[in-house]
Amino acid sequence: MMSNKLKQTPSQTVGPFFSYALTPEQSGYNLKSIASPDMRADDTPGEHINLSGKIYDGNGEIVSDAMIEIWQTDADGNYLDRDTPPMDGTFTGFGRCDCEIKKEFYFNTVKPGPIEEGHAPHINMIVFMRGMLTHAYTRIYFSDESDANEKDAVFKSVPTERRHTIIANRVEEDNIVTYQFDLHMQGDNETVFFDV
Amino acid sequence: MSDHKIDTHKIDTHKIDTHKIDKRDWDAHPPYVYPDYKSTTFRGPTKPLVPIAHTLSELTIPAFGHEQIQEFDNDLTINGRVDGEPQGERIQVSGRVLDEYGRPQIGTLVEIWQANAAGRYIHKTDQHDAPIDPNFFGGGRCVTDENGRYTFLSIKPGAYPWGNHHNAWRPNHIHFSLFGMSFASRLVTQMYFPGDPLLALDPIFNATADKIARESLVSKFSQKYSIPNIALGYEFDIVLRGPAATPMEA
Repeated sequence: MMSNKLKQTPSQTVGPFFSYALTPEQSGYNLKSIASPDMRADDTPGEHINLSGKIYDGNGEIVSDAMIEIWQTDADGNYLDRDTPPMDGTFTGFGRCDCEIKKEFYFNTVKPGPIEEGHAPHINMIVFMRGMLTHAYTRIYFSDESDANEKDAVFKSVPTERRHTIIANRVEEDNIVTYQFDLHMQGDNETVFFDV
Repeated sequence: MSDHKIDTHKIDTHKIDTHKIDKRDWDAHPPYVYPDYKSTTFRGPTKPLVPIAHTLSELTIPAFGHEQIQEFDNDLTINGRVDGEPQGERIQVSGRVLDEYGRPQIGTLVEIWQANAAGRYIHKTDQHDAPIDPNFFGGGRCVTDENGRYTFLSIKPGAYPWGNHHNAWRPNHIHFSLFGMSFASRLVTQMYFPGDPLLALDPIFNATADKIARESLVSKFSQKYSIPNIALGYEFDIVLRGPAATPMEA
């Protein structure tokens, strides 16, 4: 019976020239964006946080022709998905960033709540870039949630010596909370990517 | 399309678990490191992926609906016009977005982008010495209908050189970005054109080892989707990961 299944369409690289279609407003093109790095409004409930980081290739060079997408719960731990769309139409939990402008990715969002007891708060991330034929999935956990992280089944499934690669470091400055999360595509500190 | 026809009666829909999604089929997708495509050797992850038991994080996705789509977003022959019509051969590209069991993926966002007829992108950093078409933008999107179908009107994109190896040229292609029904079904791919001699030489196309999967990236000429006196038709179906089904007992 399984032979009746259709073959998944292969992934292909996003290439270097995606931004005018996928991140047009952020990148200065005349088309309305469907998602952006500015995910929250001033009155979005929850702790307002910034998330940013650089992407390093195997030679230690910064990758800028990349696109990062994130998907997360709201501050109460709810995914505002197809079944439960956002009430106020502002915060969707989905963000998209072109890394070309700042040579890094950045998001203005809120700190997600845990989905349920036993799950640590986290942000889901997809990495697309020229030079990658297939996108890569990772998760961002938070440095100030170590107790919750230690109870999280997905976090615990990562080899202990690699867990630091999926923890964002909290920095507070002038009442602004920023989580710093660099990606290393290869090398000793290669970021953990999941077989999602 | 006949090669995408499956017998849905053989799938027991009661055994489809919408809380699970089929695994990424690594036979169908290219590897992270494929040395013929040079940049992959220092950009693709090299350590084994960590398996994940799916949670809501992987099984949910926001709904991008019609409210985000503007008039002419799916007509690339119109959406970039400034003072005239874009140059080149007009094409209509249509296809269905399906899951692995042939079920239409309804109401899902399809975004596309491409070079113009001369092989030049509107993107600010494209340095290829070929003319920009002032009346062609090259980006568009639409939401699939109740049959999972999308349709775009556009201009056939030109081939262009790239720096991967001596005299390297990308085959004519249109980039596609799709969401499907979950974060796990996300897909970015490229559609190619039938009979293109550059396909055999292209490391991006050839990175998929499985012949059936690889050739599914090539659209088919379609008289049905050709518009008399206006545009040639091409059909390109896309298969995303969908909710898992358990095979019936014999």
